[in-house]
Amino acid sequence: MDHIFEKYILKKPENLIPLLQEIQKENGYLTDEIIERVSAHLNIPTNKIYGVATFYDQFRFKQKGKYHIQVCRGTSCYLCSSTSYLKEIEKLLKVKAGSLSRDKKFSFETVSCMGGCSQSPVIRINDKTYHHLSLAELHTLIRSLREKTE
Amino acid sequence: MPTQAITDNRAFLVEKVIKNYSGIFDASTTERVAVIRRDKISRPVIYLGTGTSGSISGAKATLGKINSYLSEARFSADIIEVGCTGFCSAEPLLDIQLPGKTRLSFRNVTEDKVEDILNSVFHHTLPDDHILGQYKQDGLEEWPNIPMLEQISWFSLQRRHILKNAGIISPASIEDYIVRGGYKSLYKTVLNYPADKICEIIEQSELRGRGGGGYPTGKKWKVALDTAGDQKFMICNADESDPGAFMDRAVIESDPHRVIEGIAIAAYAIGASQAIIYVRTDYENSLKILEQAIGQAKDYGMIGEDIFGSGFNLSVSIRQGAGAFVCGEETALLSSLEGQRGLPRSKPPFPAEKGLWEHPTVINNVETLANVPGILENGPGWFKAVGTKSSKGTKLFSIAGKSVYTGFIEVPMGLTFSTIISQIAGGVKDGRALKAVQLGGPSGVCIPPADLETPLDYEALSDKGVNLGLGGLIILDDKTCMVNLARYFIEFLQNESCGKCIPCREGTSKMLDILEGITKRPKEESTHETLERFKGVVQLENLASVIRDTSLCGLGRNAPNPVLSSLKWFREEFEEHIFDRKCSAGVCHDLRSFYIDVDLCNGCNICQKKCPENAIVGSLKMPHFIIESKCTGCAICFDACKFSAIFFK
Repeated sequence: MDHIFEKYILKKPENLIPLLQEIQKENGYLTDEIIERVSAHLNIPTNKIYGVATFYDQFRFKQKGKYHIQVCRGTSCYLCSSTSYLKEIEKLLKVKAGSLSRDKKFSFETVSCMGGCSQSPVIRINDKTYHHLSLAELHTLIRSLREKTE
Repeated sequence: MPTQAITDNRAFLVEKVIKNYSGIFDASTTERVAVIRRDKISRPVIYLGTGTSGSISGAKATLGKINSYLSEARFSADIIEVGCTGFCSAEPLLDIQLPGKTRLSFRNVTEDKVEDILNSVFHHTLPDDHILGQYKQDGLEEWPNIPMLEQISWFSLQRRHILKNAGIISPASIEDYIVRGGYKSLYKTVLNYPADKICEIIEQSELRGRGGGGYPTGKKWKVALDTAGDQKFMICNADESDPGAFMDRAVIESDPHRVIEGIAIAAYAIGASQAIIYVRTDYENSLKILEQAIGQAKDYGMIGEDIFGSGFNLSVSIRQGAGAFVCGEETALLSSLEGQRGLPRSKPPFPAEKGLWEHPTVINNVETLANVPGILENGPGWFKAVGTKSSKGTKLFSIAGKSVYTGFIEVPMGLTFSTIISQIAGGVKDGRALKAVQLGGPSGVCIPPADLETPLDYEALSDKGVNLGLGGLIILDDKTCMVNLARYFIEFLQNESCGKCIPCREGTSKMLDILEGITKRPKEESTHETLERFKGVVQLENLASVIRDTSLCGLGRNAPNPVLSSLKWFREEFEEHIFDRKCSAGVCHDLRSFYIDVDLCNGCNICQKKCPENAIVGSLKMPHFIIESKCTGCAICFDACKFSAIFFK
């Protein structure tokens, strides 16, 4: 992670958000140690950093699974019953939105909008976005990911 | 391509094309421009829409298939990845242009359709299906019996100024933009006009901010220009956090240089040497395209030091928004850029006077800035000629929800809702009835069918107490429950409230409690709880007006809109939920009443065993019954029944 800190050499408060974003991109999530290190680096008290990091939806303090599922909860997707995806995934993975499954393979969360409103309902797993999945297709998809061993 | 050729192309485009804004070229220039424009091609060109909506629809798989087809069939063709034309429900869109012939467009070309289509077109015949239309291109042979794209209902009412190049050019190529008149306006601006003249031109054009407020853009620039300051900032707001609106994303993905040119002109007009584009972090594709476009613009000297030798310097950088709805509000956006929580500040002082780190700052929306190059190129009169008395120019709208066609469009200001829905969007899906149109994101309003003849312009809408917002239109059919939708919006706004003002922070959460009370079946019917529930309902309107009147920023002030507008136009639905405890749309699950169809029930007893409330009675092999007063509507029996004997009303 050193190279990210080296990039933001100036102790400017406006570097806080980009720095956290880059660290999260590399590490997947933020930890207490990271926050302390950022605090020492930018000379900003940790409570301030927590204040900023918890304000924005992007920052996460929990580990991501191997497959990160994002269910869109935008207006258009909501109308096209993306809520049923939510319930189905909760049932399948036995976890609530925002947490990690027990085998650490899946994490899942809701997002406010992915901008795919014209194709709603949409759901994203890692980098791939799916649209108009039926519940049965979703079932098969998740099962196939679960059984995949690499 | 060797480096020499690029330098040559660059020099050619800058010297011969941009700097010659009369548009009259000599023969050799015309020839070369036609080649770069791909009007004159020596081998077939395949265009594929790989913007976000294209990719979601499977354009990446289509691309892979095209590549494998070409190598197997040993055809040589160029493949150009383009943005989105706006007709998202027809994605993935595939265009093919054969030498000497016009460009043909095909709709919904998924992986499996590729072979058929390419096979026929390469043999100069037409496939039976999936043809959308052909482009109008002068001097090229037209395909017989194929409609022009502009005659298709989706496009026929549009007036495409901002979207002129969208879906046609490659967003990854600055050359494509330049040969279509790009960066000429910037050249004209920095060389011929002083900054105040630009503000004046924009003011004359009567361009109003497209981000929702509708404040005259020229006036805003003028204030920033006239405010003394050693450093000024130009910020392009591409946060677009309204769920249901995606035009800004599409503009960036399809024609990024138009936005960059608009930013450069705006920065020149206000005297800023630094510009920041604030992009939503979820828009990964937009980020990638913008980064690339900024790099190219720098290479070409369109931004950077001493632009066109005029002494004007501009650095453009990108900042990613970290996912907060409130940061679409300009003062909250500034707080976020300064590295703080995205809390709005009180206005005045306006950002144009005291913005980023107290420096004069202008914040404009992507669409506003994308309008600027056109105005400079064609003059304010050209811009003003379109639109209504109070709202000039064109406006982008996104259409999503339950319409037949979805996507984004650019139409003259003042078209009515009904025209857009029936003529462009093709009406409501599955032949259902239209219930309402939702406009302006979560804090917007629902327009009932009776008001659909209202023109879409700033004045006519504000007379109705409606804010145009970003321009996201969501079509609702008769299966939508307005109470549940209001609850959904309030839930969203309550989550996104930044917590600075108490009316918004506490008020939205109280409103959510009340609405949940309405959409859910009460756990017990004790006198106290019923009284509390009813008290909440009575207070709902009152509470909403307090939030509206006492909040600081637009988010809070508009937060009660979904409730107030639904109460105004769909009051009977609220009453049905409150008094009859029924949701006729069948959306509010808790209010459903379950029944057993005696003809289908064979008395297997499973539902009775599973019912947690013991609400089902009946003996084995005899039809069962549900005791309505005991049923909580949990739907466990509905899921358990293997004979579809249980239904709900």
